[in-house]
Amino acid sequence: MSGVLVITEQFRGAWRPISWEALAAGQQLASQLGTKAGAAVLGSGIGTLAQELAGKQLDRVYTVDHELLATYTADAFTAAAEQLVRQMQPEYVLFPHTYQVRDFAPKLAARFQQALVSDATALAVRGGRVLFTRQLFQGKLNADVSCGGPPPWFASVQAGAFRADQVRPGSAAIEAVPVSLDPALIRTRAEEPFREAQRAVDLSSAERIVSVGRGIREKENLGIVEELAQALDAELAASRPICDNGWLPMERQVGSSGQTVAPKLYVAVGISGAIQHLVGMKGARTIVAINKDANAPIFEIADYGIAGDLFEIVPALTEAVKKAKG
Amino acid sequence: MKILVAIKQVPARDSQLRVQSSGRWIEQQDVSFEINEPDAYALEAGLQLSEKAGGEVVVLCAGPAGAAQTIREALAKGAHRAIHIEQDDLGALDPLAAAQLLAAAVRTEAPDLILTGLQSDDAGYGQTGVVLAELLGLPHATIIMQAEQSGSGIRVKRELEDGWFQHIEMPLPALLTIQSGISRLRYATLMGIKKARTKEIRRVTASDLGVTPAPVLSIERIYAPEKSKQTQMLEGAAGEVAAKLVEKLKFEARVL
Ligand SMILES: Cc1cc2nc3c(=O)[nH]c(=O)nc-3n(C[C@H](O)[C@H](O)[C@H](O)COP(=O)(O)OP(=O)(O)OC[C@H]3O[C@@H](n4cnc5c(N)ncnc54)[C@H](O)[C@@H]3O)c2cc1C
Repeated sequence: MSGVLVITEQFRGAWRPISWEALAAGQQLASQLGTKAGAAVLGSGIGTLAQELAGKQLDRVYTVDHELLATYTADAFTAAAEQLVRQMQPEYVLFPHTYQVRDFAPKLAARFQQALVSDATALAVRGGRVLFTRQLFQGKLNADVSCGGPPPWFASVQAGAFRADQVRPGSAAIEAVPVSLDPALIRTRAEEPFREAQRAVDLSSAERIVSVGRGIREKENLGIVEELAQALDAELAASRPICDNGWLPMERQVGSSGQTVAPKLYVAVGISGAIQHLVGMKGARTIVAINKDANAPIFEIADYGIAGDLFEIVPALTEAVKKAKG
Repeated sequence: MKILVAIKQVPARDSQLRVQSSGRWIEQQDVSFEINEPDAYALEAGLQLSEKAGGEVVVLCAGPAGAAQTIREALAKGAHRAIHIEQDDLGALDPLAAAQLLAAAVRTEAPDLILTGLQSDDAGYGQTGVVLAELLGLPHATIIMQAEQSGSGIRVKRELEDGWFQHIEMPLPALLTIQSGISRLRYATLMGIKKARTKEIRRVTASDLGVTPAPVLSIERIYAPEKSKQTQMLEGAAGEVAAKLVEKLKFEARVL
């Protein structure tokens, strides 16, 4: 093949939903380049997953099925993906940007003297060249990045950047790709994944959320956001650094490593708007951002923005809410 | 145990960034710099491991002459010595080129453990550590929350998505990329700052190391992101904007 190969991801036999977003990106890239897209799934016992892929508009579905791929290890997945890519010779290899992809795709790309265009938010073909857009400086700036050197070229797409519901249906043949993996090549011993204690707070059903970030500066200052939350009859949530510091319990963290929420109202106080936070809350219906930096990325997704000092604005807002409620 | 910690200097978190006239990187003059936040946690993890296991912590930093400030701070916190690869145009390096540069310096040291932050706050590729491990032929693990020596190897706790975690064990030498916020960072003591002045910083260049960094990715253009929503920015004194917002939330968004 000379087109686009999408390497999808499954976890314990179930799809990572972002795999469909990567597939949509792959189909889009292939059609813009006037070439074909194929998709691969790696694992052990992945027949049903491959069947599902075969119902999409793809040139081929490749299965890389091996018992040493039953649990993820960087060594085995890199070796398997390397053999797959060498056999298929795609021009572009696309991944969903997951923690697992972060763990092995850079290693894979390096084996081809390439680097991964990680966490791309958009792609465009200009004069036969592909430009990938990705964020710099935690979302404060964007960059258009192109790949050089001989192909294959590697990129991963950010969660939410492409739409899973735009994957075009079709029908594709399934091809098993043989790989040879030696157990001695796996240097890490991975134990079973586990979750820590169950969450006592379920923010996913909250109607209103007031969420606080590092702009609050000190634990002692949390009182003003608690009062706002109370006035709004809202749950209190936070960005990761606040929970890392132990100022609020982990179960109140919103984002890729915390909870995903979709309230009617989300008030982000002193939160910059890093992508790992945004993925957890951008489904909120109305988003209010209060931040002293008018260029903070949080304003890009806010419905209402106040560029100013939270220590002045939050108490005033609490008063105004109380007054409005009588 | 000999531990090498790769650190990078990046624009301070609340910097106002201006795009260079070339359109390919930011103006460096108007910003102040600090250690990349995840790297600060990598350094902390390295210092803690060496306090338990004994041995040496060596800081490795590629960057312009001004990065010496960040290196001194790491020495003041307790790192034993440092290697500074003097390289000006870091913004033009992709993770492959950066890792090639670092790998050449690491080869002269043969550490038991290499730590890096999981990503940089500037370019944010999140790959330099992983590629470094590959170039050196070492096992690695990413997004590490905890690490402890276990026999002749190391056992780590890795963060997965959605609140999942996993323990992984691997032999040494190995490379780990460290997650931010996993411990409390120490401050440099006065004594530490004083001692740092006498600690060795070995300065080398790419050509000393026999490397010509050859990036494959190039940044064509950088620019401010477009808004994905029509944001209504409310202006005025605190009391005024608060009243306006409540009005909007009540009658426009209908969420109160
Ligand atoms: C693998 C991985 C997983 C992650 N998971 C998550 C996650 O689940 N959730 C999450 O939130 N993050 C997560 N992060 C971290 C994320 O990248 C950001 O570092 C984090 O979200 C930043 O938090 P913040 O916005 O509170 O802090 P900062 O980025 O420091 O922002 C503070 C903001 O406060 C503003 N500010 C300061 N003072 C004031 C004032 N007086 N008035 C008004 N505004 C003020 C500043 O302008 C700034 O915009 C993850 C990172 C990684 C790499």
